[in-house]
Amino acid sequence: MTDTTVESDATPRRGALRLQTIGPVLALIALIILGASLNSNFLGYANVTNVLARSAFIGIIAIGMTFVITGGGIDLSVGSMAAFVAGVMIMTMNALIPVLGIGVPLVAAGMAVALLTGLAAGLLNGVLIAKVGIEAFIVTLGAMGVYRSLTTWLADGGTLSLNFDARSFYRPVYYDGLLGVPWPIIVFAVVAIVGEIAMRKTAYGRHCAALGANEQVARYSAVRVDAVRMSTYVLLGGLVGLATIMYVPRLGSASGSTGTLWELEAIAAVIIGGTVLKGGFGRVWGTVIGVLILSLIDNILNLASIVSPYLNGTIQGVIVILAVVLQRQGKSAD
Amino acid sequence: MTAILEARGVTRSFGPIEVLHGVDFSLVPGEIHALIGENGAGKSTMMKILGGYLAPTTGALMLDGKQVSFADQRAAEAAGILMIHQEFNLALQLTVEENLFLGREKRRGPFLDGRAMREEARTLLARLDCHVDPRRRIQDLSVPNRQMVEIARALGRQARVLIMDEPTAVLTGRETDVLLEQIERLKAQGTAILYTSHKLDEIARIADRVTVLRDGTHITTRPAEGFTEHAMAEAMVGRELSDLFPAKAKPGADVVLEVEGLTVPGYVRDASFTLRRGEVLGFAGLVGAGRTELMEGIVGLRPAQGTVRVNGTPLKPGSVRAAREAGLVYLTEDRKDKGLLLGKALTENLTLLALDTFGGVFIDPQAEDQALDQAIEEFDIRVKDRKLLAGSLSGGNQQKLLMAKTMLAKPQIVIIDEPTRGIDIGTKQQIYEFIAALAAQGKSVIVVSSELPEVIGLSSRVCVMGRGHIAAELSGAEITEDAILRRAMGVSETTGEPA
Repeated sequence: MTDTTVESDATPRRGALRLQTIGPVLALIALIILGASLNSNFLGYANVTNVLARSAFIGIIAIGMTFVITGGGIDLSVGSMAAFVAGVMIMTMNALIPVLGIGVPLVAAGMAVALLTGLAAGLLNGVLIAKVGIEAFIVTLGAMGVYRSLTTWLADGGTLSLNFDARSFYRPVYYDGLLGVPWPIIVFAVVAIVGEIAMRKTAYGRHCAALGANEQVARYSAVRVDAVRMSTYVLLGGLVGLATIMYVPRLGSASGSTGTLWELEAIAAVIIGGTVLKGGFGRVWGTVIGVLILSLIDNILNLASIVSPYLNGTIQGVIVILAVVLQRQGKSAD
Repeated sequence: MTAILEARGVTRSFGPIEVLHGVDFSLVPGEIHALIGENGAGKSTMMKILGGYLAPTTGALMLDGKQVSFADQRAAEAAGILMIHQEFNLALQLTVEENLFLGREKRRGPFLDGRAMREEARTLLARLDCHVDPRRRIQDLSVPNRQMVEIARALGRQARVLIMDEPTAVLTGRETDVLLEQIERLKAQGTAILYTSHKLDEIARIADRVTVLRDGTHITTRPAEGFTEHAMAEAMVGRELSDLFPAKAKPGADVVLEVEGLTVPGYVRDASFTLRRGEVLGFAGLVGAGRTELMEGIVGLRPAQGTVRVNGTPLKPGSVRAAREAGLVYLTEDRKDKGLLLGKALTENLTLLALDTFGGVFIDPQAEDQALDQAIEEFDIRVKDRKLLAGSLSGGNQQKLLMAKTMLAKPQIVIIDEPTRGIDIGTKQQIYEFIAALAAQGKSVIVVSSELPEVIGLSSRVCVMGRGHIAAELSGAEITEDAILRRAMGVSETTGEPA
């Protein structure tokens, strides 16, 4: 091995990395400028809070997904898990109304159930993947089908609706906020900041990256690989619960089609943000940018009538592929 | 005889850095020409240029006396020049014959001609005296057999020039013998062979000519006859070499590690031994004797039954972390796949094992930087840029980084598996000094090595393993190559019969 060969190649590569890092930010800025020039309401308070609040669900999940992917895993079940959690939450709340009445205790109980259901679902994924040793893709693909079908079954093929009075009481959790900032945005921001710090500044984040980069090396370096791997899925499950808590008051119902394709949007946001799909490197703030890019595209298409909003998926898909091409180009330098 | 392949005044630069400075090198049919030098001397670059993987920046490549330039490695292959990499270029999930014909499958009409390919695969392997069923998958083969497949693949492509990058680095003595015989046979058939190895005794044994590179400069090309190993080593290092092994420290009296009746299912049965403070204990044996598995069992990387006591306290089984906390660490033989995160920076690698000592909730980046400074200083890790990725370091520097990483955990007992695999002689000497220094500081070291001189030169006591158990324990004057080999192969001293 001639060290000099590779050493000198490292320089252009890092230059390319920098472009990769900044690429999504530039894309986001370009989208904002585009949006603002197409529609004068784009940067208005109503539109901005609307976009951000809607991004919050996917965003909170995508931050958990960042840890899973960084650790070398994947979770395809989050969308149907969200539907299932929402269904369980609504049914529990409806069932508890005679006991707790309409009020804070009812909502608190609903939230606790949502969080616990999410954590339990994540734990189940984590145990099957880390302890039993089944591939993450398979486990979560299976779980995706299971939760989707369970939700449909719970709803008996229709829709599970939260009791009307409970819904009215719970609504403010989505629509109100602090100093004009809706709660979902605040929660999203807090989760993002904590996630970013955890990823970059703590041993946990370092261990996730080490695990994703090379599980053997992590194991030989006294990292508890099974525990770390499992924890990423539990964390993601918990965040799915949290996202659902924000989501249920928006519509007050859940059905078999709730959260459809959320898993793909979350994974797409993570990848756009610069996290490496096969693990080893994760960037939480990049994921936030990725989520914003995806929701802005949707928003702009809805506001401006140049391109049909039906093409939303097409544009998002192209962007995901472009993001990966960008990542690849950074690598081909060596 | 005229050269098949010749490099004239070849230089190669990467960006602003020139790593080869006007090197001449030639290969004549039916000769083994050894290329030797320390890690980073430019051997790999030279080989890659000859093999068509890299183009020379200036200078010329001559093939059969005519100037050529290879567009890529496929063009070189078409001209009969094949390079066998240290890391094999084989698809693990495919069978031997599928690998042999990968990219040049024989067809009958639109379909693969399986019978013809199997026939030819058999012939090729038979030429190498390698009796592997062509239908077996590469992943089920031993390393030396994979090596043979790799060579057979080169033969199948009518190689006139074979470039071999440290083919014996992962082989045991016996396997090396077999390989060298095959190489001699290829030579007799007229193949020109470029051979590299850090094992100078091999070079002395098979090479016809030897070229020494140092820091990208051509130092000398001489007939191997009369070029002693010592003279080769000095030409590589560029200075006089004193004793390779430092003086052995005297071990203390108290036992720090007791292993009792340790069984690693499938690999090791009922191994017991002790280690004293300040002792260097060698573990010798053939590849496959279970040395690595025993060590991995001790530190909790593999499921094992039996007891391990550190300073008298039983160790929690199955937990690398518990072992580390008890002051017992294991330095893997496989630094590329198990030791270092090649795609990560130096600091992240350095601090991974002892990460919890760097700050509380948050990692302290300054402390990490200081640790890297210290490691670079203490272990003489030669890096041009601290932000480099671990994978871009030479083998020797990677090994030093791995040692630094392990030592950050402040262990009392260090198990080092193959401390100098694939490392040049200058760095080897440094690593030997580190090991001796550890023992002198009162730490205890276990050295697992397939290189007998290393085990003998470092250890005050040697455990010899054979077929999954500790066959003998030798100390003092009993430690000789002969005694170790005999024990390792299960031959008893008095009768010469298998024990």
